[in-house]
Amino acid sequence: MSITNMKEKEIVLSIAGNPNCGKTVLFNSLTGARQHVGNWPGVTVEKKEGSLVSENKQIKVIDLPGTYSLGAYSEDEAVARDYILFEKPDVVVNVIDATNIERNLYLTCQLLEMGAKVIIALNMYDEAKSKRIEIDLRKMATLLGVPVMPTVATKNQGLEELVQQAIKTSSLNENKSFVIKYGSDFEEAISLLQTEIMKETELMKVGSSRWLAIKFLEGDQTIRGIFEKSVASTQLEKLRNSLVKKLETLWGDDIEAIFAERRYGYISGIVKESVRRHLSAEEKQSITDKIDKVITNRFLGIPIFFLAMWAIFQFTFTLGNPMADGIEVFVGWLGKIINVGLHAAGAPELFNSLIVDGIIGGVGSVIVFMPNIFLLFFAISLLEDSGYMARAAYITDRFMHTLGLHGKSFIPMIIGFGCNVPGILATRTLENKRDRLITILINPLMSCSARLPVYILFTGAFFSANQGLVIFALYILGIVLAIGMGVIFKKLVFKGETSHFVMELPPYRVPTLKSTFIHMWDRGSSFIRKAGTIIIAVVILVWVLSSLPAGVEYASKGSLLGHIGTLIAPVFKPAGFGTWEASVALLFGIVAKEVVVGTLGTVYGAGEEGLSAMIAKTWTPLSAFSFMVMTLIYIPCIAAIGAIKRETNSWGWTVFAIVYSLVLGWVMSVIVYQIGSILGFA
Amino acid sequence: MNVIKKALSELKVGEKGKVVKVASKGTVRRRIMEMGIITGTEILVKGFAPLGDPMELGIKGYSLSLRKAEAADIIVELI
Repeated sequence: MSITNMKEKEIVLSIAGNPNCGKTVLFNSLTGARQHVGNWPGVTVEKKEGSLVSENKQIKVIDLPGTYSLGAYSEDEAVARDYILFEKPDVVVNVIDATNIERNLYLTCQLLEMGAKVIIALNMYDEAKSKRIEIDLRKMATLLGVPVMPTVATKNQGLEELVQQAIKTSSLNENKSFVIKYGSDFEEAISLLQTEIMKETELMKVGSSRWLAIKFLEGDQTIRGIFEKSVASTQLEKLRNSLVKKLETLWGDDIEAIFAERRYGYISGIVKESVRRHLSAEEKQSITDKIDKVITNRFLGIPIFFLAMWAIFQFTFTLGNPMADGIEVFVGWLGKIINVGLHAAGAPELFNSLIVDGIIGGVGSVIVFMPNIFLLFFAISLLEDSGYMARAAYITDRFMHTLGLHGKSFIPMIIGFGCNVPGILATRTLENKRDRLITILINPLMSCSARLPVYILFTGAFFSANQGLVIFALYILGIVLAIGMGVIFKKLVFKGETSHFVMELPPYRVPTLKSTFIHMWDRGSSFIRKAGTIIIAVVILVWVLSSLPAGVEYASKGSLLGHIGTLIAPVFKPAGFGTWEASVALLFGIVAKEVVVGTLGTVYGAGEEGLSAMIAKTWTPLSAFSFMVMTLIYIPCIAAIGAIKRETNSWGWTVFAIVYSLVLGWVMSVIVYQIGSILGFA
Repeated sequence: MNVIKKALSELKVGEKGKVVKVASKGTVRRRIMEMGIITGTEILVKGFAPLGDPMELGIKGYSLSLRKAEAADIIVELI
């Protein structure tokens, strides 16, 4: 053993496992507050990193995306696999759901075949016990050739031993040459390929020859792509083709299927020897099945679902609105105090305005929505962790599928009615990149609660008899457009990929308050960090444009913003609101939709009460309606733009979202106004 | 021996089938097999969603949902 030196290298521990196996809870338990959420470069997959100290060793913990396999067919799988293959972490903790060992071991086999240094965390061990599943840990460890540590991440049990073992494993040498024997004819084929592969140094850099041979034979697209670039590609392809043909004819099935069968055959062998399930206790309906009989019931399922959605919104707004009001009061008070303070300190007027009107006022109008946003995140986390989210997708899929969307899109869209920010961030559950992108792009068409004040103002002034009806019509318009644009995007922009609905329905679990809070906090704070810069930048920009040229009245016609407003006003003439006031209001609305109302108050020089009367005088019912249509559709607010950028990890798509919504908004409001005029409503 | 072969989508609630062939095509095929649906696997039909689709299946001790269109490509023998 070598003498330990004072400065030891950090141990890199990565966590891999199926979705729903409690991986995230384990990660949170290990790293606590010392974690950081970001994106894997170039993709839309979330990256979670944290740190932990144990036995005086510094450990960096990376939570890899949950995957069922490492085939590199989805971004999640590609990220996980590339990380293990190329970054070569010191140890891979494979989290397995002890109540679902067979399927979970499929990923384990892939990890082991890759030559990763694996230790298994047999999580949810308490659930397995209560289901009377007996697991011979030592037997399993011997058969797999790696340590198997029981854990209950939600109760912090087994974690210390897990980390200790992980440290031990990390110091071992790589490649314990784990082998699944695929049968003599397969083994022959594999070793033939191995011989050829070993001649290519370029290929040998990627992984072990056996693993490469297996993947290549199996038909793994990424590996085949790598082989195509090799010098020996033609011989390798030829060899593969002849081997595949022989094997497929012999076994009467295609090569992928045979490999999957052999793996599961091997797994079932391990399970037979090390796991004993008392089937009578299990086939008898589990609690989850009993609950599902109600939740996915033919008659009760949909009403219960709507009830759940309603409950979420009730919860969010009952708790959130008072907090939002509180923040509004606080921001106003803060602005006043700072204003007085700066005056007393003799600060230049412009600086005073920057701080008070610009930063505090601008950022304040966005922050006001934070409580609602965080509460919606909390609700989403609760739904996911309890297992209900999967049921929601399951229940709504048929309906969504007819619209060209996916069951998993439903909840993000519904959440969008509250606020588009959590709605957009909730699209993370969609595996198919195309479905996810489309759901993100159409989410802002779900009329968020910030637009409501605008509707209320205008319907109050012109449609007071039918206020509810008109507002409802706007919401429906939003939904119709969302569906329509969804269909269009699917046909024009993303061709070819089909999505499927192969989805696990995890057992219902009672989420721990702690982990739900951590989820909520994670999402909320990382969003603030990411979108925060965009928000502050835009807020300052708007302030600058409103305050210059020097000495001009804030946001008046003479300011730069007013000039811009006057400049673009003619564009809105065909839409019926070609005034500089309307344009300036729309410009401000980019910061946050509800700011439109306050801005109109400012530009018309009226307070909240006098505004309605002012509007009634200077607008017409039809122009009010087309303006509301514009507000519904045009450009998501900067917080939503920030969310789009964060989720798509692409400026291209973010700009596209901005442009298409501006164009669509203009087109629709013009159509509304023109048709309305023709029909004589002007 | 009389072996009744059906598409998985044709099974009723409570019926069990043993997979004879996974005839799915495209990216969904690999996914289906990874989730454990391979020749020889026993599948229990647990139920259908309120709108009639997708269907909920019991496989290897867990629950999986599939659209009927996806289940149609999985041939099973009734057991």
